[in-house]
Amino acid sequence: MGVLSWARAKSIWVLHFNSGGCNGCDIEAVAAFTPRFDAERFGVLLVPSPRHADALLVTGPVTKQIKDRLIRIYEQMPEPKFVIAFGTCACTGGVFKGSYSTCGGVDKVIPVDLYIPGCPPKPEALLNGIAELMRRVRGG
Amino acid sequence: MSVIQVPVGPQHPALKEPERFILHVEGESVVKVDVKIGYAHRGIEKIFERKMYIPGVFVAERICGICSAAHAVAYSLVVEKVAEVEPPERAKAIRTIAFELNRIQSHLLWLGILAHELGFDTLFMLTWRDRELVLSLIERLFGNRVTYGAVVPGGVRRDISDAAAKETVKVCEKIIERAREYLDLCLSEKTIVMRTENIGILKPHQSIALCAVGPVARGSAVRFDVREDEPYDALELLDFQMVVEDGCDTLSRTLVRVKETEVSAQIVKELAKKLPAGPIKIRLPMKLPEGEAVSRVEAPRGELFYYAVSKGGDKPYRMKVRTPTLANIPALCEMLKGCHIADVPVILASIDPCFACMDRVEVVDSSGRRRDLEEMLRRRGV
Repeated sequence: MGVLSWARAKSIWVLHFNSGGCNGCDIEAVAAFTPRFDAERFGVLLVPSPRHADALLVTGPVTKQIKDRLIRIYEQMPEPKFVIAFGTCACTGGVFKGSYSTCGGVDKVIPVDLYIPGCPPKPEALLNGIAELMRRVRGG
Repeated sequence: MSVIQVPVGPQHPALKEPERFILHVEGESVVKVDVKIGYAHRGIEKIFERKMYIPGVFVAERICGICSAAHAVAYSLVVEKVAEVEPPERAKAIRTIAFELNRIQSHLLWLGILAHELGFDTLFMLTWRDRELVLSLIERLFGNRVTYGAVVPGGVRRDISDAAAKETVKVCEKIIERAREYLDLCLSEKTIVMRTENIGILKPHQSIALCAVGPVARGSAVRFDVREDEPYDALELLDFQMVVEDGCDTLSRTLVRVKETEVSAQIVKELAKKLPAGPIKIRLPMKLPEGEAVSRVEAPRGELFYYAVSKGGDKPYRMKVRTPTLANIPALCEMLKGCHIADVPVILASIDPCFACMDRVEVVDSSGRRRDLEEMLRRRGV
C-alpha cells in the first residue's frame, strides 16, 4: 500500500446525485452523515462539485431526461473515480423498470463499481459500502 | 440595469433533487423565475395501469420516499371507494398512526433542511437526531424506515402489539417535548428570525388565487386542511386542531410545520392509547366493478389527490395523481419575485419541495406544436 492510496482511502469525498429517484434513498444517504451514523468519522465528506469528488453516489433509476447530465457529471470527475449505485432503482431500475421514461439502472449509462441494493438501503448499508470502497482503494 | 439569467440546476448544491430554475436577475434582486420540470419523471401513472390493485400500492409508496405513507393511504382510499369496501376500525387507526408518524418525520426533516439552508447546521444535526427516534419507532411498528409497506387497500398488513403501542406513546411524549423546544427556538433565535421574517411574502389573496396548499396556504392565513374539511380514516373520531399562522412569510410557514409536528404527535399518542380491537384487514376482490373515484388526503406538503377509473378487471384503467408540490410551484414563483438572490434557497426550501412527486412530462414537437401525451405514447406503442 503506497502513501497515495493510504491517503485516498482515508478521505473519500462523495458527490450525491439524484437521477430521478423517489427521495427515499436520498434521505437515507443524508441520514448516514447525521449524528447517529456519522459517516464523516471515516473521512467521508459530501461535496457539492463533481470536480472535488472521488466517488459518485447515484440514486434513482436514471430517467431519460437526466441521462446526459449524469454522463457529463461523471466525465467532470477527476481520476481515480468510483461510482456507487445506491438503492434498488439505481442497481436494476426497481419498480420503475420497463417505464417509458427510465433507463433501468445506473450501469446502463456509466460503469458502476459498487452496488448497494435495498428499497431504500439503511444508512448502515451505506457505511458497509463505504468500508468496502475503502478496502478497494487501499488495494485489498 | 440589464437583466441577467442565472441557471440553477439540475445538479446544484442547493438542490437535493434534479430540477432546473432560471432566475432572471437584475442587480441583486430576482425579477422573474422560469421553472423547468421533468427531470425526475418516471412515468408512474402509466406503470399503475400495468399493476394489479394490491401491488399498485407499493408503486404509489415509491412516488415519494418522504411522504410514502400519505401516498399509500390516498391510493388505498381511492381503491376502496371503487371497490365499495370499508376497512375495519383497527386498520383505520393503525393507518392514521403510520400517516401521522410520517408527517412528524417529514416536518423534522424539513426543519433540518431549512436550518441547513440558513447555514445553521447545528440545528440540522439536532433535528435529524430526533428524527431517528421516529424512524426507529416506525421500523419497530412497520418493519421498514422509509417505505413502510404497511398500508394496503382493505386495511394494514401488520398489527401493533400492546408493548409497541406503549413505546409509541413514550416516543410521542419525547417528540412533543422536542417540538416545543424547537418552537421556542424558531421564535427566539436571531439566526432563524432574521433570515425568515418578511422573506418570501405570499399574501392570503395570492395564496387563494394561485391555489397554494398545505403549510404554504396555512402560513398565509388560509384555513385549508383536508384533515378538517373532509376527515378520513380514524381522523373522523378525533378532535383535530388546525394550525394557521397569519405572518404570510417564511417564518410563519416554519411555525406551522413545527406546531403541526406537535399536533401530529398528540394524534398518534391518543390513538396508540386506545386502539380499537378487531381485525386489521378485509379481503379485497381481485376484480373491481366499473366506476371511478376520487380521494383526498393531507400529505405533509399539502393536499394529495388521487383519481381512479376502473373498467372492471384487476387493473385500473387510469390512475391520476396530483401532488402538493406541483400546486405550490406557482406560489413559489410569486414568492421569489423581488427577493434578494441570497434568499432564494431559503424561500425554495420554505415550500418543502418534493420534485420526485411533482414531475410531469410535457411533450413538445420540434415544429413547435404541442402534442397530446396520449397520442404520442400511442405512436410509440406504450
